[in-house]
Amino acid sequence: MIATSNTLKPLHEIIPAIKGRARVSCIGTRSFLLEAPGEFDLPAQRWIWSLAQTVKGWADIAEVIPGMTNLLAIFKETPEDPDIIATRLLDAWNNAESLDLAGKVIEIPVHYGGSYAIDLPAICDFCGLSDREVVRIHYEASYRVFALGSAPGFGYLHGLDPRIYMPRKTVPSLRMEKGSVTIGGMQTGVAMLTGPNGWNSLGHAELQMFDPTSATPALLAPGDTVRFLPVRIEL
Amino acid sequence: MIEIVEAGPFNTVQDLGRPGYRDIGVSACGAMDPLAVRIGNILVGNEDNVAAIEVQTFPFKLRFEAGGVFAVTGADGRPMLDGRELLAWCTHIAEPGQILELKQPPKLARAYIVFRGGLDVPVLMGSRSTSLRGGFGGNAGRPLVKGDRIGFGTSSDALPLPPSGIAVVEPAVALRDVFPAMIDGVLPIRAIAAGEHELFAADGEAFWSQTWRISSSSDRTGYRLSGEPIKPTATVEMRSHGIVPGVIQVPPGGEPIIQMSDANTAGGYPKIAGVIECDLWRLGQARIGSRLRFVRSTHAEARTVEQAIARYVADVRQTSQMVKRALKAMG
Repeated sequence: MIATSNTLKPLHEIIPAIKGRARVSCIGTRSFLLEAPGEFDLPAQRWIWSLAQTVKGWADIAEVIPGMTNLLAIFKETPEDPDIIATRLLDAWNNAESLDLAGKVIEIPVHYGGSYAIDLPAICDFCGLSDREVVRIHYEASYRVFALGSAPGFGYLHGLDPRIYMPRKTVPSLRMEKGSVTIGGMQTGVAMLTGPNGWNSLGHAELQMFDPTSATPALLAPGDTVRFLPVRIEL
Repeated sequence: MIEIVEAGPFNTVQDLGRPGYRDIGVSACGAMDPLAVRIGNILVGNEDNVAAIEVQTFPFKLRFEAGGVFAVTGADGRPMLDGRELLAWCTHIAEPGQILELKQPPKLARAYIVFRGGLDVPVLMGSRSTSLRGGFGGNAGRPLVKGDRIGFGTSSDALPLPPSGIAVVEPAVALRDVFPAMIDGVLPIRAIAAGEHELFAADGEAFWSQTWRISSSSDRTGYRLSGEPIKPTATVEMRSHGIVPGVIQVPPGGEPIIQMSDANTAGGYPKIAGVIECDLWRLGQARIGSRLRFVRSTHAEARTVEQAIARYVADVRQTSQMVKRALKAMG
């Protein structure tokens, strides 16, 4: 594992001028979800990262959870008028600038194929490529951590090559092994826990990515760049 | 120090939870009936958030190796100390060697054993709660088993307890004005329509009008409901987003899931509604096989209920302090 620079820096790129109107809905009493309109892409996620910074600064906020081009804001108290909260979130979205979280670069050694790659044949069938090509396309790409969630330390990675998109299973595997390197739709990631999982495994990584006793329990953070290093390919 | 003498699966150490780490995928966890833990802690003279034992598999037995002050809250069963029935929602003093036994409560699901000083297990990420999914926190990240021994922490409360104990009127009774009673054995649970409610069209109305049963595949992570399946009018591929306890998701099979204390931190199923937070403890006390119905609520109503709970908690705190101070003055 290699971890380098963990700083915030704006990236000078052309950003579409119109963000479009986000959608805000509530979950129960204190939690409000803002969903970005449009594509599932890096520009949208940069606005979400920027929005997260703003909302974290509000005095009445308990928790901010950036998701995949969306953001869940949990307030300390149940608001009297939920419409006021929705308006505040929408205003913050409209004013959000593009923020690039230029995080660490993390290299994850992967054993592609072998006994953990239970779904590699299905991925090949779906995309019409050989196992060797699927694996190569997977490790040649560079991924960004969009958000964490679903399991302690699990990072949702963006940047999967569309040639190897693979829908989630309709019937999840009951016991996917921890460390399985998986594809779920347009996303990829490394399973953090052994258990039910609807994503598709094509390899295995031996890397401790969560430690509850550490001051920074999760290895990955939004904005980090992940590269998979093929240490073994067993096809 | 206590030693576990008999325990079924899934009895764990819980406090009020580990909020603040959902953004790195860590569930908040915490007691399924947090109100019972708060009241128990106030009674024995602890801070509100001290760790207790959540018993959800009965019978459960422990031995007090050293003596200690404790209270049993939550469920509607009578605890037994060396075979003698005790009042629940009341402080008691145990002598060294005495055995506390909890039997299956008649109606409710979970009991809490709260000790003066609390259970002395390490604080991880701000909480002593057991994260069963993560395998950390509480008692080595796992349920309690026979032979486990746990010590007590210290209590900052210097006031003496009356030997006969301090009892409290339990929340279900004290707060009956703001918590509607069961109707024909069906528990009313208040919820607010959530993000994808409109996607269910007429089935959305069926969600509110029918009676759901809590299925046997329910646990601290979520309650699965069985009933007439409800289906969205279109399949939507949702992007993964943060979720919280109380969210009611509808997976493709059409039978809703309510996320509970060990709620996943991210989800992608359509959300039809969200249970108001102040009703979650009642769900936490609802047993597998029991029936419930959803009642449309509002933020304003939720606030009214929250304020009533806050008044009740403040009243318990103030009154128990008064009793103890009076006792000290007399002594």
